[in-house]
Amino acid sequence: MSGFLRLLRRDLRLALRQGADAAMAVLFFVLCVIMFPFGIGPEPGVLARIAPGVILVAALLASLLSLDRLFQADHEDGSLELLSLSALPMEAVAAAKILAHWLVTGVPLILAAPLLALFLNLPADGFLILLATLLLATPLLSLIGGIGAALTLGARRGGVLLPLLVLPLYIPALIFAAAAVDSVLTGQAARPHLLLLSGLLAAALPLSPWGAAAALRAALE
Amino acid sequence: MHRFANPARFLRLAALVLPWVSVLSAILFTVGLYLALLASPEDYQQGDTVRIMYVHVPAAWMAMFTYSSMAVAAACALVWRHPLAEVYSKAAAPLGAGFTLLCLVTGSLWGEPMWGTWWVWDARLTSVLILFFLYLGYMALVDAFDDPQRGHRAGAILLLVGAINVPIIKFSVDWWNTLHQPASVLRLDGPAIHGDMLWPLLILALAFKTYFAATVILRMRAELAERKIQTLRLTQAGGV
Repeated sequence: MSGFLRLLRRDLRLALRQGADAAMAVLFFVLCVIMFPFGIGPEPGVLARIAPGVILVAALLASLLSLDRLFQADHEDGSLELLSLSALPMEAVAAAKILAHWLVTGVPLILAAPLLALFLNLPADGFLILLATLLLATPLLSLIGGIGAALTLGARRGGVLLPLLVLPLYIPALIFAAAAVDSVLTGQAARPHLLLLSGLLAAALPLSPWGAAAALRAALE
Repeated sequence: MHRFANPARFLRLAALVLPWVSVLSAILFTVGLYLALLASPEDYQQGDTVRIMYVHVPAAWMAMFTYSSMAVAAACALVWRHPLAEVYSKAAAPLGAGFTLLCLVTGSLWGEPMWGTWWVWDARLTSVLILFFLYLGYMALVDAFDDPQRGHRAGAILLLVGAINVPIIKFSVDWWNTLHQPASVLRLDGPAIHGDMLWPLLILALAFKTYFAATVILRMRAELAERKIQTLRLTQAGGV
């Protein structure tokens, strides 16, 4: 466990010192959402209707943005190889890096979301549920994306390939997250959607580091 | 299983099987298409559009079958390092993508007169669309590495991850209340369609399956030949 925490702390420190990744993801998130009022028109009713979906899709794209760097830097300078030789199992390495990715890009997205919800005129009852779904959905994005990042490690055109692999797998998470927010706004129960989303997260939590570790081992062979 | 891991033995077997499945496929297609497009009765509600189903349903079955078989082959390739399993997955992927596309296009052509729309975001349609993208992603990933071995390993892992989608497609019509009708052939209490329509459907399903078998054998042979050429070139270059 201590190796896991040390790796997590190292990754967080690297992210904080460079600082660009987290800031860029949030900036992209904000800009991406701001494009919609220009494209669709500033009518408050329409914006409120599309707000949950737009925010979730933008969060998904923003978390995708820094994903291709998840293992790449460590792969290039050889530290991934050293990590694979350490006592820490590869699954724990993958889990630590995925957790670091969520803390660095996912959490700032959650924090930025209320501001964007204001921009898009989301009704007040939607705020809490939007934050709750983002809290469940963003770790899921990092977990699924972690597999994709490990699979495309060292690939030609890896940056383009990664979204191609990961976006179809994001769809279930997006469906349930958007349905949860919409159901609150239309006065229905959000619980089933939140439970399904939690179920996806519970399944991805053990399976994704496992798959990512298998892909990392293949990359290091 | 490892009896057939030897490519030479596989090639001998393939040469034996290929003419049979090719001829069988041609016969089944001729009979099946005649029955489906000309001899079978019109539906009392759908009229002639029901004939689209004779292509749509086998294509959908094959789309699912191909992906499932690729996922099983991927597991074999990862667990036992079965050399032919990854050749199979790579050979089957474009065929599976083709079946999926055919299924989506025919479904859309049927949907326009019947549902009044080319496309709805219904659970079955959406999950099949995801399946199509999974095929494309797999094909792109396998080709993305300089070392083909690495591409095969990565592709195999992706196939296993995407396998989650298969049960979702199968049961989407039961889990969600959707526009797409539930299964009417593969049911516990027997098929719910009349024999005059069931027979052409089953014959065409077999025709699709034999076509797939013949094409996948051809593609696997081509892949093995390509590897052999590559090895010969490398040894030649090493000898100079």
